[in-house]
Amino acid sequence: MKKTILMLFLFSASLLFSQDIFFEAVDNPNDDGCAIQLRWDASNISSTKMNIERKDDGGEASLVQKVDKAEGEYMDGEDIKPSIEYVYCFSAWDENDQLIEKVESVVFAKAQWFNSEKISLLILALIITAAILFFIYSAKSGKELYIRKIAGLESIDESVGRATEMGRPILFIPGILDLDDMQTIAGLTILGKVAHKAAEYDAEIIVPVCRSMVLSTAKEVVKEAYLKAGRPDAYNPDSVFYLTDDQFGYVAGVDGIIMREKPAANFLMGAFYAESLILAETGFASGAIQTAGTAMPSQLPFFVVACDYTLIGEELFAASAYLSKEPNQLGSLKGQDLGKALFVILLAIGIVLEISGVHFLKDFLTVY
Amino acid sequence: MEHFFSVLGIWLGVLFTFAIFSFLYKDNPVYKVAEQIFVGLSAGYWFVYTIYFILIPNLFDPLINDFAGNWIKLIPAVLGIMMLMRLMPKTGWVSRFPIALVIGTTSGVFFLRYLKSDVINQLTATMMNPFTGGDWVVIIGQIMLIVGTLTGVIYFYFSKKHEGAFGATAKVGIYFLMISFGAAFGYTAMARISLLIGRLQFLLGDWLGIISP
Repeated sequence: MKKTILMLFLFSASLLFSQDIFFEAVDNPNDDGCAIQLRWDASNISSTKMNIERKDDGGEASLVQKVDKAEGEYMDGEDIKPSIEYVYCFSAWDENDQLIEKVESVVFAKAQWFNSEKISLLILALIITAAILFFIYSAKSGKELYIRKIAGLESIDESVGRATEMGRPILFIPGILDLDDMQTIAGLTILGKVAHKAAEYDAEIIVPVCRSMVLSTAKEVVKEAYLKAGRPDAYNPDSVFYLTDDQFGYVAGVDGIIMREKPAANFLMGAFYAESLILAETGFASGAIQTAGTAMPSQLPFFVVACDYTLIGEELFAASAYLSKEPNQLGSLKGQDLGKALFVILLAIGIVLEISGVHFLKDFLTVY
Repeated sequence: MEHFFSVLGIWLGVLFTFAIFSFLYKDNPVYKVAEQIFVGLSAGYWFVYTIYFILIPNLFDPLINDFAGNWIKLIPAVLGIMMLMRLMPKTGWVSRFPIALVIGTTSGVFFLRYLKSDVINQLTATMMNPFTGGDWVVIIGQIMLIVGTLTGVIYFYFSKKHEGAFGATAKVGIYFLMISFGAAFGYTAMARISLLIGRLQFLLGDWLGIISP
């Protein structure tokens, strides 16, 4: 019995080493089990035609790839499912169309739980999350956390006060994107603070929106703000209303509101596109004090020139923590600051290493 | 008949173009009419679009044709119905659940997405030897990229007062931002001029026929 096994092993080994073509099919790592990597080296033979085929359950072969290089690799992601056996055949023919050799490779595609290529992303996410949790804990335990002054946010009291004195409304525009954008969420958080101030000062607030989900959320936010301010009776459900989903239809409507209602203070907080200048310019022409905030780099220039105060990028996200001073939000902002400090340190070290010809850090951090 | 509607379309386009342009002078009844028609039409258009291009192909058709394979779509359908509960004051609170789900999911998904695209990718793209590239213009560009990135991030650091050396570095960061805003402003202003040219081409070409469209 042992002899037979040994003979079989030797026979298989001799077959393996006698092959002139190297061909292997392996599971593509770090994926959801829907791709197979194929590698070949047929540089030892002289072939005019080569191809790779895949056999299905019934043994029927279908062409995967025509091969024009003696050595190479190919990723097969066509109808591959995890945990199913696939048989790949590499065939080579000579100039007389005679089959030189045919090599088979059997493989199972597997889904991986972890993508090891994204380990740097995991480490950074864990560091920032741990920092956020630590600072939230610190803030909750009474430690005072410092945040520098943000000019655009200091103006909220001034703007709401001005609107109250003039007896004119406050206009708040939470951008033109839906709730699946972080800027809209940040804008709605600021809306809560502005509505709270408006409730305290007994000023009217107008919130035209262009998305149904934003309408529901903005209504909740404003209602909550009036409740917190102890003025639920002053809340007007019609102060938050829907205009249209259409970008320029919405702008036309808001421009009309600005010219007719003449709000004393305009807040443009959220995601904006081409309508940013139209809105800010109309607000400027109406004489309103304007505070804008967006993380859209292409629209920031228009807000900078046409508004009195502008929250640039990250300042929009820091605004709610700055205004509320709530431990959860303060801790979150401080944790993000730690992330920025880490960014600067890693960048400085990385540049020094790159100048020295060491690429380890850059390679480790690169995520595809 | 087709020609009639084509001409009618051009004339309506011209009327609405002038009506909207009249806002440049001041708010007036003609603008108000155009604005209300625009807002009303677009709201109606998006309502119909949502039914025919979102609800029917993504929800109703899959559930009717292959319920067993698409039952999971019932979850967003139920969440949508929960949103409609707002229409009745007594059940309005139910809509808070889908809102909370959307906000929570958005925050979670974007945390990792931005960490990759705005942090790690920016970090590795800036992590370079600035003295390679041969051409001195390229070298200066690379040094500016590094200085701009570092000082820009320092400007957005909120935990320290902008004073002393830290304040000076942050000031350099805001200068970089303002210069980039100026360049972006000029670029976009040019793009807006092309929009105006498009409107003038419509008026002078399609309508008056003075220029070839």
